[in-house]
Amino acid sequence: MIDWIKHLPAIIVVLPLLVAVIAALLPARFGWVLALLATAGSSLASVVMMTDFMTRWAGFRMSYHLGGWAPPWGIEFSVDHATALVIMVISGLGFVATMSSKSLFANEISSDDLGRVYGAWLLTFGGLLGLVMTADAFNLFVFFEISSLASVTLVAMGGGYDKRALIAAFNYLIIGAIGATFYVIGVGFCYAMTGTLNMLDLAVRLPEVNDQIPVYIGLAFMVTGVMVKAAIFPMHFWLPPSYGHAPMAVTTLLAAVATKASLYILVRVLMTIFGGIDTLPQLILQWVLIPLSLMAILLGTILAIYERDAKLMLAQSSIAQIGYIVLGFGMGSLAGLQAGFIHIANHAMIKGGMFIGLGGLAMAVAGKTKLNDLAGVGRRMPFTATGFLICGLSLIGLPLTAGFISKLYLITAVIEAGYWQIVAIVLFSSALSVIYLWRLIEVMWFTPSNSGDGRLPEQVMIYAPLWILALANIWFGISASTITEMSYGAAQVLMGGMT
Amino acid sequence: MIAPSHAIILGLAAPLAVALLTPFLGKRPQLRDVLGPIGGVITFVAALQVALAVIAGDTPEWLVVNISSGLDLSFRVTALGAIFGLVASGLWIMAAVYSVGYMRGTNEDNQTRFAAFYAIAVHAALAIAWSGNLLVLFIFYEVLTFSTYPLVIHKQNAEAIRAGRLYMGILVGTSLMLLLPAVVWVWLTAGTLDFKQGGILSGQLDPALAPWMLALFAFGIGKSALMPIHRWLPAAMVAPTPVSALLHAVAVVKAGVFTMLTVVVYIFGYDFVAETGASTWLIWLASFTILASSVIAIQKDDIKARLAYSTISQLSYIVLGAALASEMAIKGAGLHIVMHASAKITLFFCAGAIYVSAHLKKVSDLNGLGYQMPMVFIAFFLGALSIIGIPPLGGSWSKFLLMAGAAERGMMLVILVLAVSSLLNVWYLLEPVMRGFFMTPKQDVKVSYHPLVVIPPIVTALLSVVLFFVPWPFSTLISMMVMP
Repeated sequence: MIDWIKHLPAIIVVLPLLVAVIAALLPARFGWVLALLATAGSSLASVVMMTDFMTRWAGFRMSYHLGGWAPPWGIEFSVDHATALVIMVISGLGFVATMSSKSLFANEISSDDLGRVYGAWLLTFGGLLGLVMTADAFNLFVFFEISSLASVTLVAMGGGYDKRALIAAFNYLIIGAIGATFYVIGVGFCYAMTGTLNMLDLAVRLPEVNDQIPVYIGLAFMVTGVMVKAAIFPMHFWLPPSYGHAPMAVTTLLAAVATKASLYILVRVLMTIFGGIDTLPQLILQWVLIPLSLMAILLGTILAIYERDAKLMLAQSSIAQIGYIVLGFGMGSLAGLQAGFIHIANHAMIKGGMFIGLGGLAMAVAGKTKLNDLAGVGRRMPFTATGFLICGLSLIGLPLTAGFISKLYLITAVIEAGYWQIVAIVLFSSALSVIYLWRLIEVMWFTPSNSGDGRLPEQVMIYAPLWILALANIWFGISASTITEMSYGAAQVLMGGMT
Repeated sequence: MIAPSHAIILGLAAPLAVALLTPFLGKRPQLRDVLGPIGGVITFVAALQVALAVIAGDTPEWLVVNISSGLDLSFRVTALGAIFGLVASGLWIMAAVYSVGYMRGTNEDNQTRFAAFYAIAVHAALAIAWSGNLLVLFIFYEVLTFSTYPLVIHKQNAEAIRAGRLYMGILVGTSLMLLLPAVVWVWLTAGTLDFKQGGILSGQLDPALAPWMLALFAFGIGKSALMPIHRWLPAAMVAPTPVSALLHAVAVVKAGVFTMLTVVVYIFGYDFVAETGASTWLIWLASFTILASSVIAIQKDDIKARLAYSTISQLSYIVLGAALASEMAIKGAGLHIVMHASAKITLFFCAGAIYVSAHLKKVSDLNGLGYQMPMVFIAFFLGALSIIGIPPLGGSWSKFLLMAGAAERGMMLVILVLAVSSLLNVWYLLEPVMRGFFMTPKQDVKVSYHPLVVIPPIVTALLSVVLFFVPWPFSTLISMMVMP
């Protein structure tokens, strides 16, 4: 291995955290550039790291000891196929969201605040990356807190023009704190039973004490805590308001990457930390996560259909899409985990693109996102609207888009496991999702506009990142093997923990 | 002469190029409107090349890209695919000419958008025809649905948008909820999705499950308009007539029955279907659809609505052929794709010509109009005769083969259904002609011709006659479908 590659895990996480401080201290006008550089640096490092992983066998693990302290005493960053994929998704989408953020912030946040906003932005970004990278159960809690406190700040920035953002941010803060606390209580139980905080050590030692009640209590607390963070039904209620009222750029970042990190942690906790324990994690997957995911899929889709505000509609749809990911994980099979990881990657591209596009469209109509306000904008802003449309078609799984690959693999996993009833539910709800997308399409293209028919100004820094994601949706819908193979590696890694 | 695999590329690229160039020529309608016919000719030549290669025993193929492990985006032409490719591209030439005359004659808005999506739809139809495996077929099946949506709602009024919802709702709903799981089921059962002479499921699929899988396909392929999932087709008639003519009489609906036939011939293998009796229920459902939609058609006064129900009836002939799953029936079904396409596009061309020239939409208004537009009414007459199945018109061959197929399976009742259906066809398809020539006009109608809407129906009507005498290359290709 080339020598510097082994430092990549640290660089990816530390770079944005360091730049966050600099961005907060320097004058506001540097904020965006610094954020762009930091996210670009992390993305680039992630690309290199993932390219390296694609040539390796599943099961290869890259370990980095922070400050040279060896685990179990020091903090260890650990990267395998699953980590590399999720890191790639988070950093890549974080970069694209940062690109679009300057234009999206323009109407919503006063330019004097931008320095601090980008500080919080980078803390969120770095915190999420650290969350995924760390192999230390307690350190994970620290990154949970970093990312959620920073993102609460970002959501609250919406309060400048929409007071509901403050309430949403407060709810988000409380719920996030409860989730993190539950998680850390669970970690406490496990630490008491095993005397270690390193995940891989935990994985080895927990099976030795698996007849002890505290282990089960620890598992319950940890899983519940992470489920709150990942917005899994019925603990999802904080998500639609905070996405719906946050500044558009913040919604873009959070929707694309925030819950993805927590979903990854969920499957890590169940399959790596507790993977050595017989049956219990499998039972949770099968009897808790699958039913909840189905509820999320149906409820999120139906609520999205009845939603009259496009931003909230997409937020509700995120609940359903998280359900698809959890359903894949819940199968607990190689194919199911693979489908879950594929959709983590694809949904990030889909929703990131849709929120950027919606932000661009809304800017032209004074920031409003009610369906009535968006009447006719599709015809008047063809570049932005077409990019939005492509991501939307990917959302409903039109063939030749990434969303179709997700659906194909998910259905395959479910049929392979023999759950025909679940196939019916999944397909029914994905057909329903056509309804809300179609409502958007009809409003944007085929409804008379409220204010004339002339072309509206379109911002290049919105439709350029949007088109990057739109084209990525098409590219990974036609040549999907990069994502499917990395996901397969990820699934193999996690299944390795189950045996 | 070019290599068959290059012909595939050319045939797929030409309509796509038309679609991509059209928006740039929006300001120069003369140039824009010759693109379609030119693209049609190029595509047809390519399709002919592909078909000749298939007849010569080749399998033209083109691997575009590997989607993911075990799944290729590839094209590989079967005998049936060659047939559908020829039909779609050949009739596109006429439809492209016709639509220029029609769109100008009715002075429609958004002609550029119309022309672009029209070409994309043809591209999707050809990609379906030449698809290399069931997944590629499914992919372009969906692309065809989505690309025809802007054509269906072309008028953008409340009625069109409602029709668009029904169109998308049924076609996307059925394909997503039934066809997709069926495809995945085949994949998990057979380990492949490639089309193979004799099928890939024999010996892999539990015969007791075969009827269920076939049902997923039959109801999942909404485009074949089997009852009770036929409602989208009459609704789609709000689209301009060139759309109804090429897409909702040829490309889209034929893509549906093509898929059904492909599934029976190249996925199940028709022997497997016949042995397991998986399709017995489908024979009766198709028979019911044939008769029921004919009865509905009789009651429709709107010409296009009547033709739409006639199409539903005729599509079920092909589904019936697939369900009968005997050698003759399969051949008849394959041939009926060709014969019905050329006849039905003629009828739609005529309906549109009457609308453009005389602004009439109802059968009851046609009294005496035949003397004012004799060529159109004669073309309509020939098209109707072909659908009824009277020699010397092409439709008689396919109907004959289907009847022979029913006899082969010992299904005398099915032969009766086909005979009754022919009588009903006489009733509702010849009525417009009779009114046109033998009844006195109710009111004075001013007729103003646009030559481009009159020439295409005459050409396609003559084609129906020619196909009776020279059914080549289709006669050869249908025999290749049932080769062991």
